Amino acid sequence: MWAFIHKLGSPKWFYAISARLQPWFWGLAILLLLVGSVWGLVFAPSDYQQGNSFRIIYVHVPAAILAQSCFVAMAVSGVIFLVWKIKIADMAATVIAPFGAAMTFVALFSGAVWGMPTWGTWWVWDARLTSMLIQLFLYLGVIALRGAFASRDSGARAASVLALVGVVNIPIIKYSVNWWNTLHQPATFTLTERPAMPVEMWLPLLIMVLGFYCFFIALTLTRTRNEILRRESAKRWVRELVADTDRRG
Amino acid sequence: MNPKRKQRLMILLGLATLAAIAVGLVLYSLSSNINLFFSPEQIAKGEAPLERQIRAGGMVKEGSVQRDKESLDVSFVVTDYASDVEVRYSGILPDLFREGQGVVVVGKLEEGGMLRAGQVLAKHDENYMPPEVAEAMKGKMPTETLE
Repeated sequence: MWAFIHKLGSPKWFYAISARLQPWFWGLAILLLLVGSVWGLVFAPSDYQQGNSFRIIYVHVPAAILAQSCFVAMAVSGVIFLVWKIKIADMAATVIAPFGAAMTFVALFSGAVWGMPTWGTWWVWDARLTSMLIQLFLYLGVIALRGAFASRDSGARAASVLALVGVVNIPIIKYSVNWWNTLHQPATFTLTERPAMPVEMWLPLLIMVLGFYCFFIALTLTRTRNEILRRESAKRWVRELVADTDRRG
Repeated sequence: MNPKRKQRLMILLGLATLAAIAVGLVLYSLSSNINLFFSPEQIAKGEAPLERQIRAGGMVKEGSVQRDKESLDVSFVVTDYASDVEVRYSGILPDLFREGQGVVVVGKLEEGGMLRAGQVLAKHDENYMPPEVAEAMKGKMPTETLE
């Protein structure tokens, strides 16, 4: 087990293992997203109050879940990098940040589009919406901080610390709808109670969430591989790999 | 784990804990200001300021909506089942506005506890269901779960 993790920490090994994993995740992501979106957007029944506008949850909820998962993943990678100095963890954190920021934006934007007909407003400064906006700024801050240093190592360390501190915001987002009066409704899905939604509505949603996760894993693998090639371009194994590809291509 | 790594891990954990405590204290001190709206009970107790823009939230009381036939004027009662607030509004209501529905009303509280609203927002709850199911469930279940 430990030997495997140690090997995974070596860029060369990660490059080899991820090559075998990534087609599966890409395939699964495309399949799940296709099935989920067609099912959710076309075949799932409409809502008794909101009509068809409720279908925005098939994008909004997975994007919001991913936005938060990405932040935690980024912070965990940051801690691994800071404590154990494993370079691959920092590469992963680098490529996760823009994706997480994009997901946060998608969640905010789709929520605003849904809020206009349903609530009667694009935006309110309630705790859920505001804490999500803060998360977007945290993502942008992590990305900017990483680029603000002359040496990559200092930037990586500063960004990791900010990501770790920013994790404080995650429980605030999650529980904002319970702790305070908000316009945003409380969670439909909880671990302890059955969902406040019939199965023909939440099953496509579950497929979409899994599809988003597969897409996230696939994209992170592919982009981490690119990051490895870029950062390790002076290493012998990378040069051999490139020469090898040139010869065959 | 070697001592140096252990020390770094401890520093990071300490940093995260301190940050969490700091944010927690700020949120605790701001707790009442973070609420999006006052509940009718808070308004009845006099916690909400008069003649200033405030938000009030609660359920539209069943049978309380009265529309003016000639204009867009509408009056209704917002309740949290403990206290009531009378609301007057002139304008277009959101699609989800109906009796028994949660709303957030933005407006000024006048003497006598009447709220003159400038904006009415519908609050959606966490329940979703197809129209046929909602139709079938009507009358079978207590209204609270259907709201």
